[in-house]
Amino acid sequence: MKRTGAQIVWECLGREGVKYVFGYPGGAILPTYDAMTQYPGIHHVLVRHEQGATHMADGYARASGNVGVAMATSGPGATNMVTGIATAMMDSVPIVCITGQVGSKAIGSDAFQETDVTGVTLPITKHNYLVTRAEDIARTLREAFYIAASGRPGPVLVDITKDAQQSTCDFDWDAAAPKLPGYRPDLRALPEEFQKALDLINTAQRPLILAGHGITMSGARKQVLEFAERAQIPIAMTLLGLGGIPANHPLNLGMMGMHGEAWVNNAIQQADLLLAFGMRFDDRVTGNLKTYALNAKKIHIEIDPSEINKNVKVDVGIVGDLRETLDELMPGVKSADHSAWLDHIDEMKGDTAVRDIQSLPDSGHLYAAHVINDLWHYTEGKAIVVTDVGQHQMWEAQYYKHDEERSLITSGGLGTMGFALPAAIGAKFACPEKEVWVVAGDGGFQMTMAELATIAQENLKINVAIINNGYLGMVRQWQEFFYEKRYAATPMLSPDFVKLAEAFDLKGVRVTQRSEVKAAVEEARAHSGTVVMDFRVEQEDSVFPMVPAGADLDAMIRRPKPKVDVMAETGADSGEWDLGGSK
Amino acid sequence: MPKHTFVAYVEDKPGVLNRVASLFRRRNFNIESLTVGHTEQNGVSRMTIVVDADDLTARRIEANLYKLVNVLRVDDVTDNAAVVRDLALIKVAVTPANRSEVIQLADVFRARVVDVDNESLIIEITGTEDKIEKLVDVMRSFGIIEMVQTGIVAMSRGAAAVSPNPPLVAAAVPEEATSQALAMSV
Repeated sequence: MKRTGAQIVWECLGREGVKYVFGYPGGAILPTYDAMTQYPGIHHVLVRHEQGATHMADGYARASGNVGVAMATSGPGATNMVTGIATAMMDSVPIVCITGQVGSKAIGSDAFQETDVTGVTLPITKHNYLVTRAEDIARTLREAFYIAASGRPGPVLVDITKDAQQSTCDFDWDAAAPKLPGYRPDLRALPEEFQKALDLINTAQRPLILAGHGITMSGARKQVLEFAERAQIPIAMTLLGLGGIPANHPLNLGMMGMHGEAWVNNAIQQADLLLAFGMRFDDRVTGNLKTYALNAKKIHIEIDPSEINKNVKVDVGIVGDLRETLDELMPGVKSADHSAWLDHIDEMKGDTAVRDIQSLPDSGHLYAAHVINDLWHYTEGKAIVVTDVGQHQMWEAQYYKHDEERSLITSGGLGTMGFALPAAIGAKFACPEKEVWVVAGDGGFQMTMAELATIAQENLKINVAIINNGYLGMVRQWQEFFYEKRYAATPMLSPDFVKLAEAFDLKGVRVTQRSEVKAAVEEARAHSGTVVMDFRVEQEDSVFPMVPAGADLDAMIRRPKPKVDVMAETGADSGEWDLGGSK
Repeated sequence: MPKHTFVAYVEDKPGVLNRVASLFRRRNFNIESLTVGHTEQNGVSRMTIVVDADDLTARRIEANLYKLVNVLRVDDVTDNAAVVRDLALIKVAVTPANRSEVIQLADVFRARVVDVDNESLIIEITGTEDKIEKLVDVMRSFGIIEMVQTGIVAMSRGAAAVSPNPPLVAAAVPEEATSQALAMSV
């Protein structure tokens, strides 16, 4: 059948199962928007900035496991997408971005709103395409969806010239099947690697699983738990791993790395075998590579061969899908008793619980950690929490216990401020029946707060908790620790968030006391529309524990000791740090 | 830093050279030489890439090349028996007095004189980099006006030259490669 290129775009999106497109129209993509009116089965969400469109597609993909779609025009529309594409690339999130391009005859002429978008996005996409003929649109989009979702997922950008959208050709979906002779999403390890891995697993005394995003992406939750339970191996999580297995599982130690608990990091340093499952040894989880887990043999199960031996040299590298690999390994895994090792890890907790801010009495101050822990409590841990980047993100990871998969959505690798609000919109479209919370700082929230208008226009119900400390808190913390408290450009003025919410015809709530948190959270949950909550928390509070960037993983700055009243009075006190005292 | 020579088969599509070059820049791998040309197969181009890399880095380069959707196959021919060739054109300043001496020297290197002028001649030489370097050294005393090299092309010897595809099923690095790399990094 004859279709215009623009119609083919929507025909393909429909066949790929796309229900939502997050986008913003403009000159070079106008033919496609014009054709949109003929395809009412796909709901277009008008964003307020194209960065928001990419984060929404990203949030949609992370919450649903399906490919998210963002659309924009050429030039500035496409370049505004760059941050969102890079975010999805770093965290292996499957999104397809469709951009309009100037007419094929005008390419290279510096035409109005022309940018070399495939050139700009080349290093931050899994793959990208420039399409100049209507005949190529169907195959290209099919390939784009296939590449985005298969293997190690990632963003794919398809740049379509205006004339390709306008011209007419035969549309044959079946004939447009992907032709990708060089694409290998399903590499498999050699059998001898499996045997080597099993020999290490079955003889280890102090084994530890490092669980990453790969668990959720490959759907390996059941396999990982079965594996860990049979061999009695404790599990440490990366930030993006959280929720991959239940936080309440007895073998789940919680988060590792820069803001992981000291005893988790110490367990890594003392282990004799590390099993890296779908994670990539990011510098935020390894600390100093020269002293990282020197006692341990290492097995790396990873779908992307280029990740193996990249940062940490491993003894066995198994390329493949985590779920399938564990299925294959399982018959050879022997039941084991590592109770001595597990007891030892438990002992290493020491006075951690006492030092924890949750153990401190309510001093009338509002601490971010309290807000987030209360939020976990009152939502019964069942919400999808979408965080921004910074201190609140780490407190969320520490104090909101995620038992369910895809219940924490956060920008890990790129650390993109401004991610939370738009990503939460995408997550809400993916899971309309779920309670979606944004936890953002006052800094990051202001980067993309225009998307409140999108929320209002789409009539969405999202609860937005702004952890407002009047600073770019994480940067301020680094300035406090490493730059002698010179707070360069970190104090930050914010608008009245309650009035701001009201300006968008949304509800605004301000909370300044811990005693008010419960009522406010309950009020927000009960309200039918979106509620923006301004939590005025302690201004100079810091995230503990902390491995300073580049320091040894077990050289942690621990939480201040609780005996000090200073804690209640002024937040973290530098005089009370334990440097490396956790060993 | 030791050198590694890769032969990569890529789809002959716009922008593929850019993708390969961008990968090396992005990952901070150092290209010494990169050549591209047609193969016996329609739609398939062949690249010979020489890089400064230890064995561990070479494995990473190979794995990263495979991640490019348009890359069909990558062979690390460094340790294979392979024919490795470079072509150079060298324009040498000559006088009637020393012209025949230059031609004789070129002859010794099995190089060909492809252009002769009153004050210069162009020598064409094919061979390994070493051989070309030596000829250049010899010609320097006469005065080199300009020269150009194509960069290396490589091909494994024998009928079974093509390695099984894909070779990258196991990413584990052989024991000796690891210790070699460690020794190098010290």
